[in-house]
Amino acid sequence: MKFSEKWLRSWVNPALDQVELAEQLSMAGLEVDDVTPVAEAFSSVVVGEVTKCWQHPDADKLQVTEVDVGADEPTTIVCGAPNCRQGLKVAVATVGAVLPGDFKIKKAKLRGQPSHGMLCSNSELGLTDDHDGIVELPSDAPVGMDYRDYLELNDVTFDVDLTPNRADCLGLRGIAREVGVLNRMAVNAPEVPAVTVAHQQHRDIELIAEEACPRYLGRVLTNVNVKAETPLWLSERLRRSGIRSIDPVVDITNYVLLELGHPMHAFDNDKLSGAVQVRMAKAEEKLTLLDGNEVTLQDDVLVIADSEQALAMAGVFGGESSGVTTESQNIFLESAFFAPAAIAGRARRFGLHTDASHRYERGVDPELQRQAMERASQLIIDICGGEAGPVIEAKADRYLPQPQQVTLRKERLARVLGIRIDDAQVTEILERLGFDVVSDADQWQVSVPTFRFDIAIEEDLIEEVARIYGYHRIEAAAPAAQLRMVSRKEAHLSGSSFKNLLVDRGYQEAITYSFVDPKHQALLFAESPTLNLPHPISVDMSSMRVSLWPGLIGAVAHNQKRQQQSLAFCETGLRFVPERDAENGVQQQAMLAGIRAGKVQLEHWDETERAVDFFDIKGDVEAVLATTGEAELYTFVAEAHPALHPGQSAAIFKNGKCVGYAGAIHPQFEKKLGLNGRTFVFELELDAIAQRRLPAAKPISRFPSIRRDLAIVVPTQLAVGEIIKAIEKVGVNHLVDLNLFDVYEGTGVADGYRSLALSLTLQHDDRTLEDQEINTAVKAVVEMLTNEFGATLRE
Amino acid sequence: MELNDIVAKAEAAVAEATTPQELDSVRVEYMGKKGLLTEQLKSLGKLSAEERPAAGQAINQAKQQVQQAINARNEALKQAQLAEKLAAERIDVTMPGRRAAVGGLHPVTQTIQRIEQFFGDLGFRVVEGPEVEDDFHNFDALNIPANHPARADHDTFYFTPKTMLRTQTSGVQIRTMEHEQPPLRIISPGRVYRNDYDQTHTPMFHQVEGLMVDTDVSFTQLKGILEDFLVNFFEESLEVRFRPSYFPFTEPSAEVDVRRKDGQWLEVLGCGMVHPKVLQSVGIDSEKYTGFAFGMGVERLTMLRYGVNDLRAFFENDVRFLKQFN
Repeated sequence: MKFSEKWLRSWVNPALDQVELAEQLSMAGLEVDDVTPVAEAFSSVVVGEVTKCWQHPDADKLQVTEVDVGADEPTTIVCGAPNCRQGLKVAVATVGAVLPGDFKIKKAKLRGQPSHGMLCSNSELGLTDDHDGIVELPSDAPVGMDYRDYLELNDVTFDVDLTPNRADCLGLRGIAREVGVLNRMAVNAPEVPAVTVAHQQHRDIELIAEEACPRYLGRVLTNVNVKAETPLWLSERLRRSGIRSIDPVVDITNYVLLELGHPMHAFDNDKLSGAVQVRMAKAEEKLTLLDGNEVTLQDDVLVIADSEQALAMAGVFGGESSGVTTESQNIFLESAFFAPAAIAGRARRFGLHTDASHRYERGVDPELQRQAMERASQLIIDICGGEAGPVIEAKADRYLPQPQQVTLRKERLARVLGIRIDDAQVTEILERLGFDVVSDADQWQVSVPTFRFDIAIEEDLIEEVARIYGYHRIEAAAPAAQLRMVSRKEAHLSGSSFKNLLVDRGYQEAITYSFVDPKHQALLFAESPTLNLPHPISVDMSSMRVSLWPGLIGAVAHNQKRQQQSLAFCETGLRFVPERDAENGVQQQAMLAGIRAGKVQLEHWDETERAVDFFDIKGDVEAVLATTGEAELYTFVAEAHPALHPGQSAAIFKNGKCVGYAGAIHPQFEKKLGLNGRTFVFELELDAIAQRRLPAAKPISRFPSIRRDLAIVVPTQLAVGEIIKAIEKVGVNHLVDLNLFDVYEGTGVADGYRSLALSLTLQHDDRTLEDQEINTAVKAVVEMLTNEFGATLRE
Repeated sequence: MELNDIVAKAEAAVAEATTPQELDSVRVEYMGKKGLLTEQLKSLGKLSAEERPAAGQAINQAKQQVQQAINARNEALKQAQLAEKLAAERIDVTMPGRRAAVGGLHPVTQTIQRIEQFFGDLGFRVVEGPEVEDDFHNFDALNIPANHPARADHDTFYFTPKTMLRTQTSGVQIRTMEHEQPPLRIISPGRVYRNDYDQTHTPMFHQVEGLMVDTDVSFTQLKGILEDFLVNFFEESLEVRFRPSYFPFTEPSAEVDVRRKDGQWLEVLGCGMVHPKVLQSVGIDSEKYTGFAFGMGVERLTMLRYGVNDLRAFFENDVRFLKQFN
């Protein structure tokens, strides 16, 4: 809600300056977003009259004028505006004037003709954007008067960002009432006497949708001159409220909307036939709106119609066929109370948002219709002439909001606020707000006036009391609670614990958008169905991620383009997999993912550089899994994944169930994804690793451990994982550690074979192992390796 | 030779020895089985019984004196040798160490963790919930029925008229209250989504919402806990003000502003007393219990705390930006 400060002060004028007034409104819950001057700074511009005007002798498009600016002598000014003419009252920048943009007016000569000033357009004065030539002022504008004084331009616009509950303040009347309450001042509302009924011409009103429209007032005004000029005071108030002047009738309905907070609509009475109906639209009914667009209505949309067709979307937007034009002579004026539930959401459905729908959705005072009707009638007759017919009112009392009676219990007020406000003070606050109050020992019985239609329950009154009392006066206190320990499962591993581990291993945590580029996602997860946003910010942010990889890949690509080459990111977050049986049709699964690209180590004078490879990312995953204390439950199995390099891709299994993947991004996607070189990723289901095994301590052996190394030659295609598993299975007695410490291919080893160096560490709990036992154990391993894998011992 | 001369010669030889080997040959020369001093002892037999003790004592004294000289020299030689070895091992300690790269948590995560810590210390439990929500949990249960003007203010990403990306984490409060009765103290951090993208809005951002429901929770306590939080979060005694506002799910409602260094007030929080309809929608007796709820934008708090001036930087994941928070 925007309004001019001067306008407000004409209703109620507290002894506060602009800043204090804005602060007071904000602190009462009417947040002042902005206070802006209604005009840019300019000086020495006065009202003048063009007394003579003739063609410039040496320039086709210029005229030379003599202008009376209230000085002893007329001023000569050259002007190029086409609407410059003798007798015109205009804004004149005199010599010495400074216009917006620090434009100084000096004595000048234009094509040889002296010019001592400038005739101004409103755009040159920074008042409007339109360039319609120089200002045309009414003939009664006093010559010589300062233009700022004439237009009362030393004023500001308050822009109040009203919350949806305070629709009562969507008119100056409401704002003024609030200022009156806050300052304990009376408010001078303009008198709205009923206009004289000059004839009996009227239109019958058929209230069919009674619940949606419990009250409808109509009046016919005849012989109205819509070609009349909207007076400056009115168009200026509209302008300062951010509303453009259209024609006097529209301007007047808009003015009443701003003044009283009540929307109105005017129809061209000569374009209506029969009675005016207030009814629900028929399904598929068509209506062409004032903006020229045709809409197809549904049967829950309220319309104003005549006997033939829908004329307007009630409370939202008028129709083109019945609208008032400058040619209109007779007007049917509407002032109605539409139930908020019947209007809410309808404008949005059609992509509309109007000043009327904004108010009707939030509610208007159900007793204000007659006042609005009389106010608009009076202004139309004053400005456009014409005669008023009788006001025809149709209403359905049972659907009109009933005056609210709300009880405020003293104990509840004190309990919710945490302080006890003096009873008399509470009564005074409620009465100041315009409520009728009856109090007894325990409570206040409050009758709510119709203009505070937002007040319905006890909490509403508590808020009002607190608000007027002042939030700042309510002291702060420490919350009191019964102390109970929060249960903390020791076995639970949080996403943070894994992120901390990865951070220690060099990862930077990233936070990427949950919606990704569907092109990238389709490349990596061609077979996965995705959940897509029907109305995304942009196409490349339209597909809900089925993995954290697309976002992380984006982060790597972004950094590689900025000369960052060694990159490691991790992220936790949900992935969204459509699934019919899941809540809301989508499985939302928490994942832990990582990505690495570039070099392994920081460049260092004593280290050799090396590119990241699969075993780096696998090592990170193994470190993560190790924190569960049951790493042995997880196995890495070579398995293809559409996003990954077919030879460098592993599925991670836990107890036979796949819980994640690790591998290199498929090289053929690198370029399309904007990646520069090999990129390694992993992703794990957080739920699968969220539990760790709690320690169950065993005594440690006090006897020495013995290490034996074995070098075996096996076919290269044999998976080392299988060999290690087999050794563990052979059940070598007292094997406490098994490690692959070298792999060799090349000279000395046949093609297609490789040599694996393994260390076996054996230890007994209760005694020192004998050489012979050790030899037997190692021999068993060698035999198994020979028999099952065709391994030979390397000489 | 006189004993004194022998000692003097021995001491001179010790002093001249420059290696342990040379020193050892000096020792053998004087103290060995056939050494000069040893020979002296052997000659004691030639002396009379009266002379013998005094002479023996003199010789032993001489031996001791030489031995001490040898020991001292030996120690000196070892020290010199060690010093030489250490000198050879000298390195340039100003050269860079062998460091493994260490990353860091995202600043938004760091802020969430700090908030969790502050409220966790007061017994607030962290709860999380789904990001694709239904209109019951995101709107209806929060007293935002269909067609409520507040819905239009949310710029919601809808999938269907009934499902959407959550616009606030308040749905988690509803999900918690559906299953648990008071006393309740929870905070719910997480991602939320609004269809808005410009200098000051990103379509995804983070919120932390808090909820406390108990038999005597009041507005004064809401003020207390939030003032306490803001002062501790920013680690300075900020000016804080509570300004009346409106949220469908709280009443009375307030927005909380902090005074910036430039004197301007800046909104950092929304809060209020839980609306009785919200408690009723999850089966909590609103006569018996009262509660407060609050919500804060994590990015806004992070920006204020660390002087970040572009919201969008949080989701670009530029390592040069992120590393500033490591």
